[in-house]
Amino acid sequence: MNKNVERLQNGIIKENPTFVLMLGMCPTLAVTTSAMNGLGMGLSTTVVLVVSNLVISLLRNIIPDRVRVPAFIVIVASIVTMVQFLLQGYVPSLYSSLGIYIPLIVVNCIILGRAESYASKNPVVPSVFDGIGMGLGFTLGLTLIGIVREILGAGQIFGAQVLPLADASTGKIGYTPITIFVLAPGAFFVLAVLVAIMNVVRAKAEAKGKPLPAAQGCLAGDCSSCGMSSCTGKSSTVEVKAPEEDKE
Amino acid sequence: MSDLLNVSSNPHVRDKVDTQRIMLLVIISLLPATVFGIFNFGIHSLILVAVSIISCVLSEYVFERIVHKKSTVTDLSAVVTGLLLALNLPPTLPVWMAALGGVFAIVVVKMLFGGLGQNFMNPALGARCFLLISFTGPMTTFAYDGVTGATPLALLKAGEPVDTMSMLLGTTSGTIGETSALCLIIGAIFLILCGVIDLKIPGTYIITFVIFIVLFGGHGFDTNYIVAQLCGGGLMLGAFFMATDYVTSPITPNGKILFGICLGVLTGLFRIFGASAEGVSYAIIFSNLLVPLIERVTIPRAFGIVKEKKGGDK
Repeated sequence: MNKNVERLQNGIIKENPTFVLMLGMCPTLAVTTSAMNGLGMGLSTTVVLVVSNLVISLLRNIIPDRVRVPAFIVIVASIVTMVQFLLQGYVPSLYSSLGIYIPLIVVNCIILGRAESYASKNPVVPSVFDGIGMGLGFTLGLTLIGIVREILGAGQIFGAQVLPLADASTGKIGYTPITIFVLAPGAFFVLAVLVAIMNVVRAKAEAKGKPLPAAQGCLAGDCSSCGMSSCTGKSSTVEVKAPEEDKE
Repeated sequence: MSDLLNVSSNPHVRDKVDTQRIMLLVIISLLPATVFGIFNFGIHSLILVAVSIISCVLSEYVFERIVHKKSTVTDLSAVVTGLLLALNLPPTLPVWMAALGGVFAIVVVKMLFGGLGQNFMNPALGARCFLLISFTGPMTTFAYDGVTGATPLALLKAGEPVDTMSMLLGTTSGTIGETSALCLIIGAIFLILCGVIDLKIPGTYIITFVIFIVLFGGHGFDTNYIVAQLCGGGLMLGAFFMATDYVTSPITPNGKILFGICLGVLTGLFRIFGASAEGVSYAIIFSNLLVPLIERVTIPRAFGIVKEKKGGDK
């Protein structure tokens, strides 16, 4: 079970998809106008990620290597379609505010990246935990960005007014929203600042002699983290293909 | 061997010109427009100018202290940024917005990219656009003599008559420093005489813009309309003081001309076909982003190098 906990930790902290791996930037920048949207997008992606990791891991010995990417996409697309219908039926407001970004989960590079670099090479249970970890890491990143943007851009968190707004007509003193933060440029500002803070924390921890485990690329058997996409799945395969207790 | 024949390595001719001196000249050249703006709009505009400058200088000082860099406050570039930012603000803006704009200009647009000489965009204009997008209401409320009304440029766009003479002198509504075309031209002539700027960028900018509005403005060659378009809004301020910023304009002679043409066309497009009446700020920061490309295609031919013939030698 230790390995499963390690997968969770890996996804949420060590290789956080938003702040460390910088994956899935398109939904990250586009839908995080509010904390609710960020959370909704993150959880939808988590569900898709967990189920797709599960299915792909189950089928990993059946899918021929040559057609694995089309096969992955078919699996992911079916799951996304289901999630889309569920959202449309049960949370129509979230469905309309996320818009095109729900079907676009199909091509979200976190999902294909995890399928390619982890689920297709590892047994079912760790793959599911990998999906949960990565999904929660993504959710955490999106929600954080959403919270910061919502506070600065509207004075709200999850739609609740936390900073009383100023009213020029009645002369009430309060917070004047900085509208740019709920627009596209604000997403870049907030993401950049949050990543910078993460890097400062990491550097401080390393200086104290307690290094936070940095993303190690091929060493951890995790090609999606090293940014050299040309080598994906070449050197890492050997290490990961020899797990302690395989076979279900 | 006598000293006369002893030649050291270059440079041989030295000048007193340094960043501080150039920035000082720019500040002096902006004074007529600033003083006029303060007299025109009252004490609140003086506070805005002061706050904007202090905010810029202080953010540069504090940022450099935090990142342990040598302080560059004395080169006066932060003062110029603050002054230009203030001249681009409406006179009724709340003071804290001017301060926030100063912090944004220096920290985000200038220092995060490496400080003076490294910024890809004019800091003052970057901050103005930041404020314009964030606080659209206060940034587009222009009052003159206590009466809130449309700027001459907005009237012009709406097809209403404007008083060209007051636009030339500056006794009309607008941002603190942009209204008086006359004061800005006096400052610009001073800068040109001092050799700080040359006419390549502002000249091509204004000529291209005039051609554009004659062709597409819908008024033909109507002198009154052209003069109103030239004196209205931030065109004079932008053309002479912000488009000519050394850091964010091309260094090659042909690049400067191309840059000016880009500015003129974009300003014309924004003013005539855009939703808002003014487009100088966006035209300048947009063209700032094109500068690396412009420089790449306009590298001058070094002396003695023969241009390669197309198609090779068969």
